[in-house]
Amino acid sequence: MSESLFQRIGGAAAVDAAVDVFYRKVLTDPHVMHFFDTTDMDGQRAKQISFLTMAFGGPHEYTGMDLRIAHAPLVLDGLNDSHFDRVAGHLQATLEELKVDEASIAEVMAIAGSTRDDVLNR
Amino acid sequence: MTEINFAGERHALAPDETVLECLERTAHALPFSCRNGACLTCMMRVRAGTLPEAAQAGLREGQKQQGYFLPCVCRPDADLEIEAPADAELFGRAMVSEITHLSASICRLRLRTATPLFYHAGQFINLRRGDGLVRSYSLASVPRLEDILELHVKRLGGGKMSNWIYNDLAVGEALDIHGPNGDCYYIGGEPDRPLLLIGNGSGLAPLYGILRDALADGHAGPIHLYHGSRTAKGLYYGDELQALAREYRHFHYLPCLSGTVDEAGPEPGVQRGRADAAAFADHPDLSGWRVYLCGYPPMVQTAKKRAFLAGAALRDILTDSFEMQDVRRLPRD
Repeated sequence: MSESLFQRIGGAAAVDAAVDVFYRKVLTDPHVMHFFDTTDMDGQRAKQISFLTMAFGGPHEYTGMDLRIAHAPLVLDGLNDSHFDRVAGHLQATLEELKVDEASIAEVMAIAGSTRDDVLNR
Repeated sequence: MTEINFAGERHALAPDETVLECLERTAHALPFSCRNGACLTCMMRVRAGTLPEAAQAGLREGQKQQGYFLPCVCRPDADLEIEAPADAELFGRAMVSEITHLSASICRLRLRTATPLFYHAGQFINLRRGDGLVRSYSLASVPRLEDILELHVKRLGGGKMSNWIYNDLAVGEALDIHGPNGDCYYIGGEPDRPLLLIGNGSGLAPLYGILRDALADGHAGPIHLYHGSRTAKGLYYGDELQALAREYRHFHYLPCLSGTVDEAGPEPGVQRGRADAAAFADHPDLSGWRVYLCGYPPMVQTAKKRAFLAGAALRDILTDSFEMQDVRRLPRD
């Protein structure tokens, strides 16, 4: 049996390597930075670990409803497709920077992309 | 409807209410201080039921296993039976062995305990006076260097504990202490890592401990300490730190004055501006560094973001933010 995406990518260690790189990218992007909390950076980091674990095909307990509830206030603040695309772009750039292979990146981006309607509450 | 069972009484929690708020609403007087899950003053213990994870964040593994939790950040999803821990489980006694005024608004409090306290320099302890008032102070002493506990107390306008320590407390009197708590301390095993220490006011206390702990541990990588104050008098321990910088060539002490020239007074060898601003200007790339930030919450919060964006890993940024209970307006120092 072939390895799962999460194993191929490097599991929890890969999430750990990616989370700071990814968070730094979104915090310096003027288009999306205001959606990311800097008063509770450790809490924010924990949320991003959950998100990356899910996107990397790892064990998670996210449901579509959780994503809807979590992002509902941001949608009221104007969160839309353009922001989703920027953050997805930062995720892809993070994976490229960490030298993840192209096929795995495509799988991660497909999982992340599948959350679009829930995140944007459509 | 979620209920808590405390002291034989059942209370229904209002929506989004914490256990601490519920107990206050139902006229139970519990000790508390920060109300934010940081100081551990209100710590209680669960007898039955499942705690939300957030209620134990920041506690040690042993405390979690024993069912300790923080009612100020506990919003339970299921019924809980809880109790206040017995006093002796949490508090020990300490005797005041020295009170020295280091500046107009900072004094050094030294305490002696009957049994040695196991702690890391830079952690904090809670002090409790006779009437139950509790406040947190960081440890400037280093266990391997000295037997006493050393705290730096900044006198704050309206600060109940700090004014009492300043005006009324005397050598030989006893205080209750609880701790140590907190994770802002020197981590051994990586002797070559560059360290950046930034503090303002009595935020120097934990940094003074962490610095001396690192030097005593044989830390070989560069250590830069930026201490900020509004006035020259607020740069206490300058002589001690300069002496350490002469003794250890890889340690650099950089005092910074943020007040106007008139307020601050002329002071050779002191940089103008805020300590965090000076530190980030001198060190634009912090990849691989460990960063310690101690002092006023707004400085700690902005500096944490800047250090992270300058390349420090978030787990390598350790912070000790003052909590300020009864202070509306801070007198600037």
